[in-house]
Amino acid sequence: MIDVLQSALHDAFSPIGLSFILAAIGLNVHYGYTGLLNFGQAAFCAVGAYGMGVGIASFDLPLAVGLLIGVAAAAVLALILGIPTLRLRADYLAIATIAAAEILRLCFSATYKEYFHARDGVSGFTAGFRSLNPYPESVDTVLTYNLDDLWVLTVGWIVVALVCLYLWSQMRSPWGRVLKSIREDELAAQSLGKNVYGYKMQALVLGGVIGAFGGFIGGLGLASVQPDSFNTDFTFIAFTMLILGGAARILGPVIGGVLFWFALSFIGGVLGKLTSGDDPVIPPHVLDNQQLSSVRFMIVGLVLMLLMIYRPQGIIGDRKELAINER
Amino acid sequence: MELRRHVSMSLLVSLLITALLALAGSTAAAAAHDEDKPGNLVTGQLKDTSNNGAPVEGVTIEVTGPDGQGYTATSDAEGVWEVFVPGDSGGRFTVTIDESSLPEGASMREGRPTTLTPTALPNQTLRINFDIGVDTRDVATKWDQVPEKLYSGLLFGLMLALGALGLNMIFGTTGLTNFAHGELITFGAMATYMFNAVFGWNFAMAGLMAVALAALFGWLQETALWRPLRHRGTGLIAMMIVSIGFQFLLRNLFQYFTEGRTESYADHTTPAGHDFNGWFTYSYRDLVLAGIAILVLVGVTAGLSFTRLGRATRAVADNPALAAATGIDVDRVIKLVWIVGTALAGLCGVFLGFSLQVTFQIGQLTLLLLFAAVCVGGLGSVWGALIGSLLIGLLIEMSTLVIASDLKNAGAMLLLIVVLLIRPQGLLGRKERIG
Repeated sequence: MIDVLQSALHDAFSPIGLSFILAAIGLNVHYGYTGLLNFGQAAFCAVGAYGMGVGIASFDLPLAVGLLIGVAAAAVLALILGIPTLRLRADYLAIATIAAAEILRLCFSATYKEYFHARDGVSGFTAGFRSLNPYPESVDTVLTYNLDDLWVLTVGWIVVALVCLYLWSQMRSPWGRVLKSIREDELAAQSLGKNVYGYKMQALVLGGVIGAFGGFIGGLGLASVQPDSFNTDFTFIAFTMLILGGAARILGPVIGGVLFWFALSFIGGVLGKLTSGDDPVIPPHVLDNQQLSSVRFMIVGLVLMLLMIYRPQGIIGDRKELAINER
Repeated sequence: MELRRHVSMSLLVSLLITALLALAGSTAAAAAHDEDKPGNLVTGQLKDTSNNGAPVEGVTIEVTGPDGQGYTATSDAEGVWEVFVPGDSGGRFTVTIDESSLPEGASMREGRPTTLTPTALPNQTLRINFDIGVDTRDVATKWDQVPEKLYSGLLFGLMLALGALGLNMIFGTTGLTNFAHGELITFGAMATYMFNAVFGWNFAMAGLMAVALAALFGWLQETALWRPLRHRGTGLIAMMIVSIGFQFLLRNLFQYFTEGRTESYADHTTPAGHDFNGWFTYSYRDLVLAGIAILVLVGVTAGLSFTRLGRATRAVADNPALAAATGIDVDRVIKLVWIVGTALAGLCGVFLGFSLQVTFQIGQLTLLLLFAAVCVGGLGSVWGALIGSLLIGLLIEMSTLVIASDLKNAGAMLLLIVVLLIRPQGLLGRKERIG
């Protein structure tokens, strides 16, 4: 049982989990604070990751330039996506953003194959990042992380901390209060003379850039960037994490994300224990190894439904601060 | 197709002529040069495909033998040219066509080389082909595909319309954007597969049973999930996120049952194709499916327009509170909409199981296409769902003529976004619906 717990703890703080957490923090700016129902967060992570990966792998740019390209790509995407769609009603915005994310994913997997390498994805861009690794060779594993992962994690968690600190200061400022007022009542904010459209756009860009950070961490952690990891499920999982932790709370997506990956891995580990061995508790015709991951994600779906129905504010959220009950 | 036949016939004839001429040429050349003298004959015939395959005369061809010795030839009135390169070892030749010597109006095909470097065995005759003029074969096949694509696009659009109509009815009466609707389509395909391939029922029975089960599933969903949520006063966006969770749950449940495999039905999976006037290939299966789809679509649309219950449904869609005030049992109407909408999705799945195969991913593949169809046609509009679906089906299939087929769904997504931007109510939607 100890090893299940340990591997669950490992996954809870893993690079891939971190990339989802950053995506969820971005979604928190969109949805939690501004009330924008962005279902295309995967696209922001994808352009961030691809901007960095292609810049470094295909054009031999230094790491810093690659990162800048990723950030710029996310900001440009937010502008392109936001200029026309931010005037749409919530559910239309959701459909437009999800469609845009799908278009981008299809383009990454089927066009400019000399740069994007179709479904195989981009790889070979981690050398610059890994050469900065300060951990001595002698530290082999800490909590079963290897040296590369440990370095990605260190940087990633520092980024999460900085982003959270920044958002905390911003959301207390007049600027953040305008965002919340837009979420509560767009017309009221407008009639007080606020440029609602401009504020929404700023929120979209900010959340999108944070999403691009998530793309960086995910790409560096996996040492490759593949189009299919940015499908619609990506956004929905980030959304589940956000709602689990609590929207409109700085630490909501962080707590939700860590808990989500811990639970996902823990359930998988326990089910794995129950189905393995000579005389498994759950016989293989009921549940074999292949079906394990389906069962895990069935539980994810069920948890999202139950959360939304019984505790939409999540673990640390405040029910009064939710954008979901307005139309 | 007539055109293609013509082209392929003329191609065949010209190939035969080339071969005959080349044969004649080589015998002539061999006769001209001493029979015993070793060497390679390099020959070819120049034709301009832009000019109906007419021979090209007076073109200079330079041939360099393996020993570096250069030779020159000029094409005759039949476009034939030949060079005899003496030598007994064979080897690598360089053959260059002098582009500037091409007569007026003739040009090399874009991107094709003017210099070729073939390798020959000793005494082997080298036949060299230079491409002059546009590639007529490709052009012909591309245009030939249009009727085929129209046919398959309309067929796919009709199937899609069944799903889109259900999605739109549910949206119209409850305001819910149901992200789990694609999974209801998968449900139809899965149930049909189970009855047809696993239990061995005949296909029609299996399909009917699948639709009946889907209707039951719709009733169950409404009774156990959506109605209680409505009565608790759960917001529409919250319900939309619940439907996303439901989608996750269902899709992974299907994956659990199929273990991720892709299956096909036991019957009618490879129907005999019939040629329609040389334009496209159809099968009786597809015609029957399309016929059923049209009947069902017309039936449901007429039911919504002309029956008492249909009018009540539209009243609820317009204004639930007002409808309730006039004595309409709103919950009963919504229950009916869920039953019919889910049954339609199930039927859509029964049909799509042929073209998309039976996999847990059907829902994921079709959901965004459904949204596109519904938004293009008009959210909440019955006719809009039909027209939007046909448009999306046609667009997807026709777009493969110009873009890679991997990207075909991107065209539909793009149309969805463009329509949302310039006419958010869709082609047939009413403006007030966008709120």
